[in-house]
Amino acid sequence: MRKNRWRTSALGLLLLTTLTQCFTDKQNEGQRLYAANCQSCHMEDGSGLRSLIPPLAGADYLQQHRQQLPCLTRHGIEGPMVVNGIEYNRAMPGAEQLGTDEITNLLNYIQTNFGNSNPRYTMQEVEQLLEPCPPHHN
Amino acid sequence: MSNNSKYLAIRKGVIAAAVVLSAGLASGCSESGANGKTLPILGEREAVERELNGKTVVDTLYHQIPDFAFVDQDSQQVTQQTVEGKIYVTDFFFTSCPSICPKMKSQMLRVYEKFEDNPDLLLLSHSIDPQHDTVAVLKDYAERLGVKAEKWHFLTGEKDSIYDIAMKYLVAVQEEGDAASGGFTHGGHFVLVDGQRRIRGVYDGTKEASVDQLIQDIPLLLNEKRHAKK
Repeated sequence: MRKNRWRTSALGLLLLTTLTQCFTDKQNEGQRLYAANCQSCHMEDGSGLRSLIPPLAGADYLQQHRQQLPCLTRHGIEGPMVVNGIEYNRAMPGAEQLGTDEITNLLNYIQTNFGNSNPRYTMQEVEQLLEPCPPHHN
Repeated sequence: MSNNSKYLAIRKGVIAAAVVLSAGLASGCSESGANGKTLPILGEREAVERELNGKTVVDTLYHQIPDFAFVDQDSQQVTQQTVEGKIYVTDFFFTSCPSICPKMKSQMLRVYEKFEDNPDLLLLSHSIDPQHDTVAVLKDYAERLGVKAEKWHFLTGEKDSIYDIAMKYLVAVQEEGDAASGGFTHGGHFVLVDGQRRIRGVYDGTKEASVDQLIQDIPLLLNEKRHAKK
């Protein structure tokens, strides 16, 4: 009996720790995904690199092309694009491995950081926007 | 072999060779500069004996960057003569690099801006993907960075020559990276080279703190040069 109670409380503690960790991770997931997939080009502060790599900080593109961003994140983009009046022309690789939830977290991080205060996406919205661009299977 | 000829054989050759890669070890042997602090001389070194006025003296041969010939974004030849009497910072990259290169370039821009008006410091960025990075591609890249060709040379040329010289700069480059690295792997080092084409510092071009150190070290080397001229 005593042994059983001990076991239950130990299990409960483990569960609690795991759950807490889970939530903490989720909270920072956008930032973590940004660091892993975007930061080396777009920089820690989202400033980009001169006329080579467009900024994310204060970028009008994020508002004007909101609907395209999920697919752009997944498959990348090529060819000229104009951000804040400056033309950029450098291919961006896609992040094919990211799931819908991850793309949602990543885009929400970008839309609400670096001085940006654009509306967030819901996961349903991103799911819908990703329909025309299913992941490439290699 | 007689004792005498054995002695001669040794005399003729290199007496001692020491591999010195650590800055700490090397700094113990370097001459003192104007204000006491000097940068170490990095790389392999050899001690060679020679005869001078009937006496035997020992010279130290330092690791030196060999002659080279590349082409920059303005189609200008860049050779050892371009850097003659100057110091320079060099790195290896490629324009379509999705991994560490943008960070390196943003850090190199800091060095550029800090020493923009000092003609005694040059920057040399070698492309390790010269097939793709033609003069035209490099020109577009440099213009988009907004930097002047006479200060910051983006170099392309014979692939083998570029990979060979990377080794001389003690930078590892390889053509078999995975997709995430853009097909090439390479070290993100900034290498500081003195007026005699000797390596005086190796920095991590992806780390701001390391590049801060480089920015602090450059004036020391410029000072040394000025001192030597007198």
